[in-house]
Amino acid sequence: MTPDLLVVQDLVKHFPVRKGIFSRVAGHVRAVDGLSFRIPRGKTLSLVGESGSGKTTTGRAILRLIEPTSGSVRFDGIEVTSMNRQDLRALRKRMQIIFQDPYGSLNPRMTVYSVLSEALRTHRLPQATGARDRVYELLSLVGLPPEAADRYPHEFSGGQRQRVGIARALAVEPELIVADEPVSALDVSIQSQILNLLEDLQQQLGLTYLFIGHDLSVVRHISDSVAVMYLGRIVELGPVEAVFEHPVHPYTIALLAAAPVPDPARKRRRILLPGDIPSPINPPTGCHFHPRCPDAQPGCARCETPLIEISPGHWVACPVHAPGAPANA
Amino acid sequence: MNASHEFILRVRNLRTHFHTDQGIARAVDGVSFDIPAGKTLALVGESGCGKSVTALSILGLVPHPPGEVSGEAIEFEGRNLLAFSEAEMRRIRGNEIAMIFQEPMTSMNPVFRIGDQIGAVLRLHRGLSKAAAREEVLALMQRVGIPAAESRLEDYPHQMSGGMLQRVMIAMALSCHPKMLIADEPTTALDVTIQAQILDLLRVLQRETGMSILLITHDLGIVAEIADEVVVMYAGKKVEHAPVAALFAAPKHPYTRGLFASLPAMQQHRQRLYAIRGAVPAPTDFPAGCRFHPRCPYAMDCCRRDEPPLLETGDAHRTACWLHDAGVMAAQGKAPGLPPEAAP
Repeated sequence: MTPDLLVVQDLVKHFPVRKGIFSRVAGHVRAVDGLSFRIPRGKTLSLVGESGSGKTTTGRAILRLIEPTSGSVRFDGIEVTSMNRQDLRALRKRMQIIFQDPYGSLNPRMTVYSVLSEALRTHRLPQATGARDRVYELLSLVGLPPEAADRYPHEFSGGQRQRVGIARALAVEPELIVADEPVSALDVSIQSQILNLLEDLQQQLGLTYLFIGHDLSVVRHISDSVAVMYLGRIVELGPVEAVFEHPVHPYTIALLAAAPVPDPARKRRRILLPGDIPSPINPPTGCHFHPRCPDAQPGCARCETPLIEISPGHWVACPVHAPGAPANA
Repeated sequence: MNASHEFILRVRNLRTHFHTDQGIARAVDGVSFDIPAGKTLALVGESGCGKSVTALSILGLVPHPPGEVSGEAIEFEGRNLLAFSEAEMRRIRGNEIAMIFQEPMTSMNPVFRIGDQIGAVLRLHRGLSKAAAREEVLALMQRVGIPAAESRLEDYPHQMSGGMLQRVMIAMALSCHPKMLIADEPTTALDVTIQAQILDLLRVLQRETGMSILLITHDLGIVAEIADEVVVMYAGKKVEHAPVAALFAAPKHPYTRGLFASLPAMQQHRQRLYAIRGAVPAPTDFPAGCRFHPRCPYAMDCCRRDEPPLLETGDAHRTACWLHDAGVMAAQGKAPGLPPEAAP
């Protein structure tokens, strides 16, 4: 069995909501509310969910780009949450992030060469002489021509900029990459180029991905396992086939049914969820999903919703469809 | 029945060019299509293909300069909108053709209450009194499915979610009973469960009012759900035009087929995706001949030289590609048609 590269346990991130002239804390946004999952080395786990589900916050809290409120993140056996700055800096060589909008995350006044060599310099990689070669190696790794080195971000198309973003992440030879909606801003024909690139790189370099997305067909394509999030919690977690072929949580089922499928002949059973996603400041009690759930029972507003393993590796947090496992059955 | 009444809108050879420092951008370059009354036509394509500019040209909203709209005609119920003055266009916009946008938040005025914003439209276009407008606004908001509509009349735009605001936009668009609705990426900014609600609403409203819809989208999934007919655009040109079932069953243009092949399928996992090589060219720098030829796996000499005409390739299925020209293909000793799927 492959050892887990990343183990997240009970991760919590609450943002205080301040009000009034004295910035009194009036409440908390429970962006991430007790998340646990693990990613084996060389595999891809995706976090899916709609806006406000906490998927982006989770990615950043794992890298400590924002400080988690509580919980544990272990990377290759090392606890990340209690690490001091110096150790964290060293660890960041091993975990990198790529963003949705490569334009917003690249300095417009720096050539691609400076962007990539800065990444090498920042992490004091012993390549003072080899830096130039390394930059060209990185460009060819992500499928950009050597001439790209002397150009500025605005001279590239969206897909090429995302390649630059990927090259920058790869510069320090990371093991884990948090990919936060890396293809959401791209056109379909370009999206497939980038998805293929991410998969090629995973094969070549043995990378582990935490993929954050909202497009279910993209997630289906790239993941080994999937965690479906709703209002800061995982409602269903499992191997990609199990979650997509045999979804159990009513939210997962509704989400899959809502995704438009490019086939006009396919008549689907549409499940229209009523209402909007509630505010994470005052999430509904009990199961967060109960006010919109077509299968809600009176008890759903009160009960705890732990993840229950319904088949090997397939976990569901639903008191109706996955009632608590019978003790030692 | 008169032919012009079957179609609510007929766009004939529309050209919208922009004069920029880098040269002339031919954003829309000779596009024609008809929208049958009560039906939905989808304009599909990637960024920069000219689909949004087509919509703005129909409504006379292209800024001039730098923009310049020309062409044979944009016929709306038999009247040529290209010949209309700005004052005449203003009577068409909102009253007869309404439009909704991708970003409902930026299309609303943040300092006015929702009820007043919709009310203003009714008072301006339909001359209703303040009290009558309020009644009507309430009815409209209920019709587009805004819960507790009465209390939400007093909300400001920032107090509403994206999905609710899009409903407000739709309510506003419907307020003057338009015969046609132009929806430019109406659900792109919304979450998938909310998107499903909005698409459902558009379908129901179309059935109730009989309005025609021009839907602009990049999402083939949405096209499959809601469109009757599809126009695929690439680099300012119409490359394929077909009824939705025919297009999805057998796309005829290499670009359309490439788009379909690039979509990750929900049913299968981890198959390598087809990728169309290269990127969309800049609108000031479109290649000669067929504009898709530098990215096309089947490009022939004539594709680099001559622009392909729109060829009939089946029942109401038209595509602009030399592969379907019997003469060109016969000269090469081949049968016309797109080579079998395995090729890419």
